[in-house]
Amino acid sequence: MTPADPPPNRSSILMPLEFLGNICVSFVLTLGDFVRFFMAILAGTLRGMDRFGLHEMFSQMFDLGTLSIPVVMLTGFFIGAVLVIEAYPQFHALGLASRLGSVTVLSVVKQIGPVLTGVMLAGRVGGAMTAELGTMCVTEQIEALRSMAAEPVRTLAVPRVLACVVMTPILTIFSDILGIFGGWLIAVHVQGINNDQFWHYARVGVDIYTINTGLIKALFFGLAIGAIACYKGFRCGNGAQGVGRACTEAFVTSFIVILILNLVLALLLTNIYVMFWPNQSPIL
Amino acid sequence: MIQPPNDKSDQAIIRFADVHKRFGSLVVLDGLSLAIPADRTTVIIGPSGTGKSVLLKHIVGLLQPDQGNVYFHQQRINELSERQLEPIRKRIGFLFQMGALFDSMSVGENIAFPLRYQGLNSERDIQQIIGEKLAVVGLSGSEKKMPGDLSGGQKKRVALARAIAMDPEVVLYDEPTTGLDPIRADVINELILKLKEELKVTGIVVTHDMASAFKVADQIVMLLNGKIIAQGTPEQIKTMENEDLRHFIEGRANAEDLKALHRL
Repeated sequence: MTPADPPPNRSSILMPLEFLGNICVSFVLTLGDFVRFFMAILAGTLRGMDRFGLHEMFSQMFDLGTLSIPVVMLTGFFIGAVLVIEAYPQFHALGLASRLGSVTVLSVVKQIGPVLTGVMLAGRVGGAMTAELGTMCVTEQIEALRSMAAEPVRTLAVPRVLACVVMTPILTIFSDILGIFGGWLIAVHVQGINNDQFWHYARVGVDIYTINTGLIKALFFGLAIGAIACYKGFRCGNGAQGVGRACTEAFVTSFIVILILNLVLALLLTNIYVMFWPNQSPIL
Repeated sequence: MIQPPNDKSDQAIIRFADVHKRFGSLVVLDGLSLAIPADRTTVIIGPSGTGKSVLLKHIVGLLQPDQGNVYFHQQRINELSERQLEPIRKRIGFLFQMGALFDSMSVGENIAFPLRYQGLNSERDIQQIIGEKLAVVGLSGSEKKMPGDLSGGQKKRVALARAIAMDPEVVLYDEPTTGLDPIRADVINELILKLKEELKVTGIVVTHDMASAFKVADQIVMLLNGKIIAQGTPEQIKTMENEDLRHFIEGRANAEDLKALHRL
């Protein structure tokens, strides 16, 4: 076919279908590749870390955990405060302003704390991890590891994923505490809600299962952030452009996965609660 | 005269048998057969993009052929798993084209990495090996420096020190003298010769540096479009009449290469 030839009619009709098919095939291939990568991480975790892995894990826990505490606390505080400011008029109109303690703590512990921490980590840490691993990939450092009979997944990915799994729930606790503090500050010292009533309803509305719900969510978010960031880093394209694209994809994918996981876990954990404690409502 | 590739050498430590490799539609190795003799240095030359680095990566299983086989000590290695490749990789040192030093580790930690990872040496021995290998590449006292503080040439020398840290029986050098000044490049050439003569290290050198190639090679192989177009000792290569080979070793562009310039 010469360049002057018109394209056959078949393509104009089938082009959207081909396009859709290519997207589906690409999605399935990527998903399959990710599952294999994830299984390699699991296998590496079960085999235990070598001394490099252990050192790397503590270093990552400091970078992604300790250094993230201020930003996670700051965002938690402001979101908690804003939550009370915006919810107060409705509750006040219904004569239920004293119940704001319950609503604030419940929202922060179950929802805002873990999701906010997850999203913050996906942006702050996920991107940095993808960039670091992507650069190692582009500069042949990962191949160098393999050539020295080391296992890159076990040496680089396992410590990062484990650090995310451990640190995300811990950071969530910090976010929760400051979120509740922000809500309390506004409720009691700005809106004039009685301090004892605020804490009374907070205690009544939140049991240990509720707190664990938030922490279990955070654990899964950490797993998703770590695994996706490492996967995108290991499968990074060539050059600076490839690293940049991998970072963007890692953040967007982590963000979407956090939202999906949040929905699935909310359904699952609420149903489990109802199954084991049928006479108690999970939400007061 | 161009010699046919000899893939039946009994002395061969590494052997490629009809190896094909392509990336998408790009054919990189096209039925390549080659025997790498033990205790000798084989230099692979050829224009950029002809598959020289790809060939090296097949030797340690970083890449697998689409067709054909790669043998190490008569053992077929192209179908081994990562775990099965480990004992082979421990016997081979690899100097990567860009050095591939670990950015987060100091020079000393980079050289110590393979030693510590394998856990065969005491920490005192490791410190001694780091000192020895750095002295060999002319960078004594650089243990504490980070790769980011080194020049391109220094990085390459540290990478070379790391590649020989485990005293491998085979060292793969991917452009060992590129980016080095002529004196330092000659030091690396002497090091390649010394490793071969004193420690019986088999070397495979990929290079564009013909002075280096003629100095260190026992055998020179020229690749073009994924095939071997010339193979022989340095003396044989110097007298071969193949036009592509002559252009390459004399550093002369041919009419085709210069065609684009005439359009200016």
